[in-house]
Parts: sequence; C-alpha cells; structure tokens
Amino acid sequence: MHEFLTDLLSGVLGGYLYPFILEGMLLTIQLAVFSLFIALALGLLGATAKLSSNRIARLVAGTYTTLIRGVPDIVLMFIIFFGGQLLVNVIGDKLGLDYIEISEFTAGVTTIGFIFGAYMAETFRGAILAVPRGEIEAGYAYGMTSFQVFRRITFPACVRHAIPGFGNNWLVLAKTTALVSVIGLEDMVFRATQAGGSLRQPFTFLFVVAILYLVITAVSDGGLRWMEKRYSAGVRRA
Amino acid sequence: MDIEAIVTNLPLYFEGLVTTVQLVILSLALGLVLAVPVGLLASSRSLAVNFLPKVYIYFFRGTPLIVQMYIIYFGAGQFEPLRESLFWPIFKEAYSCALIAFALNTAAYTSEILRGAIIATPFGEIEAARASGMSKWLVMRRVVLPSSFRRALPAYANEVIFMLHGSALAGVITIIDLFGAARIVNSRHFVPFESFITAGVFYLILTFAIIWVFKRVEFRWHAHLRQRSS
Repeated sequence: MHEFLTDLLSGVLGGYLYPFILEGMLLTIQLAVFSLFIALALGLLGATAKLSSNRIARLVAGTYTTLIRGVPDIVLMFIIFFGGQLLVNVIGDKLGLDYIEISEFTAGVTTIGFIFGAYMAETFRGAILAVPRGEIEAGYAYGMTSFQVFRRITFPACVRHAIPGFGNNWLVLAKTTALVSVIGLEDMVFRATQAGGSLRQPFTFLFVVAILYLVITAVSDGGLRWMEKRYSAGVRRA
Repeated sequence: MDIEAIVTNLPLYFEGLVTTVQLVILSLALGLVLAVPVGLLASSRSLAVNFLPKVYIYFFRGTPLIVQMYIIYFGAGQFEPLRESLFWPIFKEAYSCALIAFALNTAAYTSEILRGAIIATPFGEIEAARASGMSKWLVMRRVVLPSSFRRALPAYANEVIFMLHGSALAGVITIIDLFGAARIVNSRHFVPFESFITAGVFYLILTFAIIWVFKRVEFRWHAHLRQRSS
C-alpha cells in the first residue's frame, strides 16, 4: 500500500503530497476522532449535570459551558497547553515525581475534547429536553430505575434530536484541529506551511490542504445524513 | 500567581483590545456588505445565478479560518505579478491579510444565514406585496429583506461571537490583538496561565457585551413577537 501510493503520487506536488501531507491529514483525523470521544463523554456528563436537581452540579456545568463558549479556542488551547504542562509538574513536584512531559498530541486532544464537550453538553441538553415527558413517566410507571429509564428510553429517543447539533459540532471540531499547528503539532496545515515554504509554493500547498478539509467535510456530511435517516426511522414527515 | 507581570502590561492588553475590536467591527461591516448580495444570489432558484455564490459559501464554511488566513497571508507571495502590482502593500501587511480573510469568512457564514432566512419568507407576504402592485425590487426592499433580517438576527448574533473568537487568530500572524498581547506577555515573563487567562477574561467580557447588545436589538426588532402585557 505504502509503495503503491508512493509510486502513484510521486510526481504530485514535488512528491510532498504522499507521504508528507497525507500523513499530516491522518494526524488531523486522529486528533479529531480522539477529541470527539472526549467531547462526547464530557458532553453527556455536562448535560446530565445541567439537568440534575443538584444545585452544585448545575453550577459547575453552567460555569464550564459558559466559560468555554465565551473564550476563543486558541486562547483556551494556549492556557491548557502551556498552563497544563506547568500545572501537572507543580502537582508532580509536590508528589515527588520526576518532570512529566505532556506530548503535543495529548495536549491537543485534551484541549479540543474539553472545548467541544461544552458545545456537546448544550446539544445533548436540548435533545434530552425534547424527549416527551410522558415517555419518561411511562418508564417510571413500569417500575424502571432512573438509569434504566435513561438507557432504554431517554437516550435512544434523544439521539434523533441530537444528531443535527452533533453533526455541526463535529464539523466545527474537525476544522478546529487546524489550530494545533500553532502549538507545533505536525498536522496537515503545519506540514503544508513547511513544504510550501521550502518549495516556494505556499499557495498551492495551503489550497490543497483546504481541499482536503472539504473532503473530510463532504464525507462527514454523507455519514451524518445516513445517521439522521437511520435514527429517524418511524418518524413521519410531511 | 504573578499579578505584577499582568498589571505592568495592562497598557499592552488595552492596545490589543483596541486592535481586536477594530478588526472585528471592520470584518463584520465588510462581511455584511458582501453577504447581502451573495445571500440574495445564493437564494435564487436559477442554477446559473446561485452556483458561484454557493461554491464560495461552501469553500469558506468547509475550511478552517486559519487556513484561509494563511492562504492570503503566506500564499499571496507565490504570485510574481501580484508582488509587482500596486496591490502588494495590501498583501504584504499582516493586518490587511487578516482583515480580508475574516471579512470573506464571515461574509460566507452570513450569506448562508441570510439565504436560509430569505427562502423561509412566508409566500403569503410576497403574494400580498405583488398584489399591491409592487415591482420585484420593491418587494425585495420592503418585504423580503426586512423580514429576513429579523429572522436572521439570532443566528447572526452567534456569528458575531464566532467572529470575535476567530479574530484571535490574528495574534498568530504577528498582529498585536488581545491574543497577540498575551503571547508577548508570556514570552517576556513566562507566565502562561496569567497571561492567557487575562486575555480570556477580556474575550469573555466582550462576548457578554455582544450578547447584551443583541438582546437589546432583538427586543426592538422582535417587538411584534413580545408577549403583550395584560
């Protein structure tokens, strides 16, 4: 596979398209997918906290979503990337540990996951609220525990309402990964500026990367449409 | 906590604040001027008319802002004729490149918001206007656009906040906006937490200010949707 691609794309962009740029694209996709999992977990947690009857949980989740959505991604990334490194070592020092190095990849994934967890929390909160109250009451009337009601009724029913917002968040998340190039992670944007600089063709390389982002967007769009169709089974449309 | 480093550099932060506000207002103004015609063309039913606006919207919404900014700032230099033309001073400067990128980006998002609002115009309103004998342009000016602007307002408020947040990218290409100021403070004193959190607080305040302004505007523009006091 590797040799085949090298042969096939050897002449493209002075041989830089494969492996140099496309490897960067793989990193972009990995970053996006790993961050998505963190964002989903934090989002579910955040939405549950926002809807809980516990005041402290509501306050913490409310502060989290407001702060994150009020500050630019790149500023948050610098706070977590530079500040997080410092914080981990201050704590590590007190525990008598050696210097701990957080890799750029870990920092990137954590930051992006943390940021989009806030957006996901809002999406999920809206989706959970969209589940008809009667369905949930019916669940309790059957004697289900609150966890059973969540697993069997609320969750499957809210997925349909969450998909449009989830899709939007995913598309924005995928584009946000481009910011990691600023903290030195070699994603496709970072590599495009490098290759573009050394070949004196910055426009060509950056434009190719823009097209690659459009490819990611287009493929995601298809996937999201399929999901929407699947989870809307049994819903009548006018 | 190194508060002193922040306090001594507060003038720098305020300089950055001015640059950020300026950049955002200019980009939004340019973007809006561009978005109205593009949104109108994109909402046309004819493929010949809506094709190019839709490609433009798709490109700018589907790619990261930082890549768009890099294409203009780093990419422009690739073209010899451009370097020798009288436009080169524009593409040489980081500030004007950021402004162009931001304006084109927000114009694309705003066009899409407007397009959605325009095609959602209730057909009865248009029919009534036509029945009153208004010409095509008069219908546009008096009925379609004003009611579309109203419908677009909440989504546009979000777009303004996104533009504010996107403008922080200017700090990446040497412009001293709020984020740029924070980067300078961090490199001078190595206080990553304090410097970037200070910038974050400024952005947070600006975000709340934008939300407040739009609440006021919505209160006026959506007066007809307000619940009547009994």
